[in-house]
Order: sequence, then structure tokens, then C-alpha cells
Amino acid sequence: MTTNQEEVKLLGATGSPFVCRVQIALKLKEIEYKFVEENLVNKSELLLKYNPIYKKVPVFVHNDKPIIESLVILEYIDEIWKQNPILPSDPYQRSLARFWSKFIDDKIVLASSKSVFTIDEKEREKHIEESTEALQILENELKGKFFGGEEINFVDIAAVFIAFWIPLVQDIADLQLFTDEKFPKLYNWSQEFLNHPVVKQNLPPRDPLFAFFKARYDGLLAASK
Amino acid sequence: MATSDLKLLGGWFSPFACRVQIALSIKGLDYENIEENLNPKSDLLLQSNPTYKKIPVLIHGDKTICESAIIVQYIDEVWKNNATSSILPSNAYDKAIARFWVSYIDDKFFNSLRNGLFAQDDESKKKYFDELEEVLLKLEEVFNKLSEGKGFFGGEKIGFIDIALGCYLSWLKVKEKFTGTKMFDEAKNPGLVIWAETFSAHPSVKGILPETDKLVEFAIAMAQRLAAAAAAPPK
Repeated sequence: MTTNQEEVKLLGATGSPFVCRVQIALKLKEIEYKFVEENLVNKSELLLKYNPIYKKVPVFVHNDKPIIESLVILEYIDEIWKQNPILPSDPYQRSLARFWSKFIDDKIVLASSKSVFTIDEKEREKHIEESTEALQILENELKGKFFGGEEINFVDIAAVFIAFWIPLVQDIADLQLFTDEKFPKLYNWSQEFLNHPVVKQNLPPRDPLFAFFKARYDGLLAASK
Repeated sequence: MATSDLKLLGGWFSPFACRVQIALSIKGLDYENIEENLNPKSDLLLQSNPTYKKIPVLIHGDKTICESAIIVQYIDEVWKNNATSSILPSNAYDKAIARFWVSYIDDKFFNSLRNGLFAQDDESKKKYFDELEEVLLKLEEVFNKLSEGKGFFGGEKIGFIDIALGCYLSWLKVKEKFTGTKMFDEAKNPGLVIWAETFSAHPSVKGILPETDKLVEFAIAMAQRLAAAAAAPPK
């Protein structure tokens, strides 16, 4: 719950999985905020002022102080607004949550995107192999309904990319990267996660996003000919 | 505080292992330092870090913690003895800023330095070292802002960003030997020049960073191995 004196803003772009992470966390904690839709082709002065280093979204602004990098933002939000915690209080469990979220960012996000948006067959095979290996590691790690147990936590929120974005983009390239046959536990998790009442309300509309990625893919194909 | 159940799987050459040693030293913790050879990797390493099979790994009783930045935060959170030995700032916003810059250092600084040192051709070397210069300009700015005229990124005392960057000082000295240029340009990075001395002289850092000559030998051998691997025909 924000007070009248607090100002909470999120500079984002509909369709960004990293922005989505922050939106889920804010909704989970019932924090009121102003969403500023950024045009990533024509970046606003505000974005460039708050994130001169990377010029990317999300940028979280609390009382005029900006924070960047989605996982850093999630930790900050959890520290300031204590209701519905997304990180465990035990330091060891926290270290595990940080480890797996970083694993998702380092090993799954880029490799799976490149599995789709790469034209060269050999290169693509390499990325598919990397993503598959990484997804298997995560599959083995999942013990309960969610990574957070009975309730979603930091890792679940970080993994929104896997639940929503991978299935969407793999369809474009006709890939079977993430399926219930290959990763039954993770697949089940994704269905539970996408149906979670808070998550459901914060996912971007599928069709425009699909169209956006398809255009990018078609563009790549055309350029390679 | 003596703890017989703390072990660090590390390597004298590893800046990441140094980070953990410095953090343990700040907290005054006893631990068993296990030197990993990495060639081949020990069973203990493979069991405690099956995901990445890399050092450092902190073993605390029956728990294993991997990834140096995560380990340092773990140490800070478990042993939050008193304010004077805290590594991360207490204020949530300052913590976020520290976490951001550590992640920036691990991404931009590390990659430019590593790629520059082991690049196979001069053009690539120049590209990476030019990138590194840009990164250092940025870090100089950050240092001036966060130190507020005091000795460390953490202000009056050594903090998360200091440890994250300072662990690379010996490797920057290797770069000095390889390239013949000073690790921090006195004109462009005067703040970092002084910071490097302050950091190295800190009681919790002394004796932890590897000796330059030994590291240079190690780096040369590593460069040769990488060159041989690059030149070898694919199997």
C-alpha cells in the first residue's frame, strides 16, 4: 500500500518480459504505481535520464530515485514493501532464489531467444542444445507446485519468460523447445503460474506480441536471402 | 569467531574466490581454504556446484552456496554482527545501487578485461581494451559519487562494490605487464588510482590478492592453452 507522499513509477514497454516481472511483483504486493509506456524505438528523455548506461526498460522510480535491472528492482520492492514477500527470509534460501533467477537470466533467456532468432542452422542447433540443457537443469530443480512452494516467489516471477515468452516465440520458428513431453514438471508449473490470479492480469496480450515477433523473424529470414 | 564448518573451494588465481576471502576476513571468520586445481576438477567441486562446476563455492555445514556475488551477500546476511563489518549498505536504495554496479562490473568490466587479455589478434585486443577504458571512466564517475570524498565506493568503509572491483586488481596488474600501460590512467581515473592503493592496504584485503609475478606466469600459461585450443583442428 503506497501512501500519499510516495510516488511510484514504472517505465516499461508492454511485451517486455523484464517489465512483466516487476508488474507481477507490484501487483502481488498491491502497490499502486504509474505505468509509463516507453517507445523503445524513440526513447524518451526521461528514460535516457534515468538509465543512461543501458537505456533500457524496466526503470523503477520511487520518490524520484531510479533503479534498473529487473532482479535488482524485485529485491528493492521486496525490501520496501514487506507484505506478500517474494524472497525467503532465511539467508540460505535467499541465496538459492538469487542463484536460480540468475541462472534463468544467464543460461535460458538469451539461448532460447537465439534458438528462434538465428538463421544459420549450425548456430541455431547450438543454441537449442544450450537451452535444452538449461531447461533440464531447471526441471530437475523444481520440487513443488511453484519454485516458491505453495505460493509464487522470486524465481517463479523471474521465470515468467519461460512460461509465456518461450511458448510464444517457439511457435514462430516451429520449434519444440519447451513442451510437456520434454519437461513435464516445468510445463505443469507454467500452466499453474500463468493461471495464478495475479500473473494472469499482468501478461501482455498474446496476439500483438506474436505479430511483433513474427515480423522480426520474417525480417531476419528476408535479410538472409 | 571460530567456525569449523566453513569451507571455501577456491583458487589463488581466481578474483571471484578472492571476493569471498575478503568478505570472510571482514567478518573475522575462520574457514578451511581448499585450493582447487581445476585440472581435473575435484569430486567435491563437481558435487557442490553441479550446475556450473566452477569456483568459488562456500560450504557452510551442509549448505553449499555458489556464485561469488551471491556468496558475499550470504555471508553479510548470516553474520550481521555489527554495523562496522556490514558489507552491503543498510538503506534499501543504496543496496539496490550497489547490486546494480556489481552486476555491471561482472558484465562489462569482466568481459572487456578477460576478452582483451586473451584475444588472439591485435585488433580484437584493442577493441576490448578500448571498451575497458570506457567502463573505467564510468566507474571513476561512480566512485566519485558514491565515496563522497571518503576512501571507498562504500564510503568510509569497504563495501560490496569495492570487493567486487578490487578483486580484479592483480589481474589489472597482469594487463599492465602485458600491455605496458598503467592499469588506471592517472589523468582519466585519478580517483581509482588512489582507491586501488586504499583498497589494497585494507587489513581485510592484505595477503589475499595474488602476487603479480605469479599471476603473470599463470596468465601466460593460460593464454598459451587458449591459443592452442583455438588453433587445434576440431575433433
